[in-house]
Amino acid sequence: MSPLPAGDPPVYAARNYLNTPATGLRSWLTTLDHKRIGVMFLVATLVAFALGGVFALLIRIELLTPGPTIMDAMTYNRIFTLHGVVMIFLFMIPAIPSGFGNFLLPIMLGARDVAFPRLNLLSFYLYLAGAAIALWGMIHGGADTGWTFYTPYSTTTTTKVVPILLGAFVVGFSSILTGLNFIVTTHTLRAPGITWSKLPLFVWSIYATSVIQILATPVLGMTLLLVAIEHAFGWGIFDPARGGDPVLFQHFFWFYSHPAVYIMILPAMAVMSEVVCAFSRKNIFGYKAVAYSSLGIAFVGFFTWGHHLFTSGQSPYDAGVFGVLTMFVGIFTAIKIFNWVATLYRGSISFKTPFLYFLGFLFFLFFGGMTGVALATVSLDVHWQDTYFVVAHFHFIMVGSTIMAFLAALHYWWPKLTGRLYSERWGLVGAVLIISGFVFTFLPQFLLGNEGMPRRYFAYPARYQALNVASSAGASVLAIGFSVVLVYLLVALRHGPVAGSNPWGSRGYEWETSSPPPLENFEVVPAFERGPHEYHDLPAAAPGAGEGRHA
Amino acid sequence: MSDLLRRLLFLPPAASQHARDVDSLHFFVVITTMLAGLAIFGTALAFMIRYRRRGEDDRTPEIQPRHWHEALFIGVPLAFFLVWFAIGYPQFVESTRAPPGAMDVFVMGKQWMWKFAYPGGPSSLDELRVPAGRPVRLLITSRDVIHSFFVPDLRLKQDALPGRYTETWFQADAPGRHQIFCAEYCGLSHSGMLAELVVMKPEEFDAWIALQRRGLARAQDAAAVPGDLLAAGSSLVEQGRNVAAVQGCLKCHSIDGSRHIGPTWRDLYRRRERLSTGAVVTADEAYLTRSMMDPAAEIVDGYQNVMPTYQGKLTPPEVAAVVEFIKSLKTPAVRAGPSEGPVYESTPGR
Repeated sequence: MSPLPAGDPPVYAARNYLNTPATGLRSWLTTLDHKRIGVMFLVATLVAFALGGVFALLIRIELLTPGPTIMDAMTYNRIFTLHGVVMIFLFMIPAIPSGFGNFLLPIMLGARDVAFPRLNLLSFYLYLAGAAIALWGMIHGGADTGWTFYTPYSTTTTTKVVPILLGAFVVGFSSILTGLNFIVTTHTLRAPGITWSKLPLFVWSIYATSVIQILATPVLGMTLLLVAIEHAFGWGIFDPARGGDPVLFQHFFWFYSHPAVYIMILPAMAVMSEVVCAFSRKNIFGYKAVAYSSLGIAFVGFFTWGHHLFTSGQSPYDAGVFGVLTMFVGIFTAIKIFNWVATLYRGSISFKTPFLYFLGFLFFLFFGGMTGVALATVSLDVHWQDTYFVVAHFHFIMVGSTIMAFLAALHYWWPKLTGRLYSERWGLVGAVLIISGFVFTFLPQFLLGNEGMPRRYFAYPARYQALNVASSAGASVLAIGFSVVLVYLLVALRHGPVAGSNPWGSRGYEWETSSPPPLENFEVVPAFERGPHEYHDLPAAAPGAGEGRHA
Repeated sequence: MSDLLRRLLFLPPAASQHARDVDSLHFFVVITTMLAGLAIFGTALAFMIRYRRRGEDDRTPEIQPRHWHEALFIGVPLAFFLVWFAIGYPQFVESTRAPPGAMDVFVMGKQWMWKFAYPGGPSSLDELRVPAGRPVRLLITSRDVIHSFFVPDLRLKQDALPGRYTETWFQADAPGRHQIFCAEYCGLSHSGMLAELVVMKPEEFDAWIALQRRGLARAQDAAAVPGDLLAAGSSLVEQGRNVAAVQGCLKCHSIDGSRHIGPTWRDLYRRRERLSTGAVVTADEAYLTRSMMDPAAEIVDGYQNVMPTYQGKLTPPEVAAVVEFIKSLKTPAVRAGPSEGPVYESTPGR
């Protein structure tokens, strides 16, 4: 299975997962094929992303003026809650693992499917069911608690908080089942030759993500259920007026929700480890360091939740321990950043769209990460806690990085998913708009936080207006950027040039099969002798259908 | 230099030594971050220019790190992070331990106002007065949900938790006024839960607090029931007060004249209220009862339609008791919530 010799025209595989066994809607909805399930997850999470994006734009429009602009306070509180819930539970947590992970992980292992295909389909329907329950709650009033559901506010509010909680609870099970599936698949279904030290780095990070999903999500499920029970039946678990402890909720909640940040960022790192190798045509610098640091983040991530509670009255001793532990996450991330940059050394760097998103990713990861470590110094956190600084910080680190990775993945694997190429020229336009729009939106929010503007404010003192207007202007650039990407990708779906099996000349295992891949992934069970990131022994012929072919 | 950095970073003025110390760490963190960013992105840029793809048959060598590479990758950032922590953590610990002899002020957050109680009994709403140059310890709690007491100019924040006290302290440099925010999301008027910190000259503060204590003593002497500033009438009124507390009416309707989620009950009876429809009604027994049973029908102008119905939740005698309680709130002996000067002086008959 060597890359195509130069000169052969790229081929669109006639028999592929998109047309076998059938093309009807029914064949999709009842499919057990991991690739189709992955694609369905991608479509569903993109719809959620669009919905969350609309909420984000409404927030930014409302904040254009210090007083009411287009809505009242109650509506605003509901909208920012829905923005958070939809973006986190329905887009960012499932998008890369359940979407791209499902599509790619078995192919990267040389397997025919995941270990439990039926469970995999169930996981998709659980996602849909959870989303439907949450959507029902949104239409019938929505919740006004913020996505963090802090008690006792969340257990006493009169809004429809229970359906939203139950929706997130059900979606959590989707996440658990997917994680379980990936772990078993990685352990049991690797093709001959794929030892643990030859696993693609994408698989390593998705594996680490799956571990977190299995260990942490049940705690979230339990916590959300307790809040729902207290709200519905008045049990005194978190409400001190009924003998409960409100801070207990914060411990439970962040025990999941802090690792959940790594559920979002580890898959992003997974994508980037692949992209940096493919577009610098170079082996990864420090394979083991990059692979093990994923596990390190997954492990240490469980012991940092207390850094959300520095101002909640926990003891200074606790604050110190959680502060130092938080910095270790920064160390593991730093290892990755250094190794990715070192990978570029003596490479052959091609500035295709996925690589542009890699650069954006590096920027957001670095500044998002450094502001995160700054927050862990404790004394600075006291000023920044619950201000726009924290909002900007997590939008950089988990949103910016994750979206960069999501878009890089979408472009990098687009030929594999669809068999066609998108327009590189428009890809450049989209990447520039999105990256600059993102910086333009959230840089002012760092400054707003410095200046002291608390988050979740419907109205604000007039001195904060200039920066808010700047942030809203950035958001509109961002919206235009996403629209551009949507349009040219949809055009490429029908009219893009045929990609061939390996348009990038990548050495990843998934590029060894045709595009789009056949139902069984590989015509024959593959055996791999080289690693997935080895480029030094490329055959003499130019690798694959390279540039110039589809100009 | 530090003033320039402060303006560049949009930091508000620093009103205490602690605030200036935190700012110094802030500047140090920003400068090291920028230098590290410059080094990393500069290196990446150099690689990208030097090693850009020149042809389709480019070949790259296999390069593996040595151990010292990884040791460097771990050691250098760790060293910087620990230095930051070594500066920041002691600052935090110091900010949690008030020096002996600090003046205590009790802070209570409730939806959506701040109440401050001073030693000796005086209290104020939405305005915290403290002397300059003396340490002040805040003992903070909440009456309903979690709030967070935040003074940007002091780089100070502490959550207000229902059912327990948290504490923090500060020492403001000089007389002046500073904004107080609620930083923990607490519902409808979260962003309206503002207060002001007024730092006074120490001798002016001493005079002010003495005046407050005198006024309070006089008001207590005038009250019908010792310790209770409200006239307690019939037992029906008492019953109504209990119902109102148990049913949560008082979470939204104040009885001290302050604006809240709903209109205040103080002096509500027979008040002429303008409705959102523009009509004007008199808040008599019939209107008060209708408002409990069908709150959405007649909303007072300027308020939101957020009250649930009490149809079926209150028995007729309970409704009557609540109405009687509202009627009893017509005789304000003392107005709470001072904004300027000695507020307890305005007792009737003076």
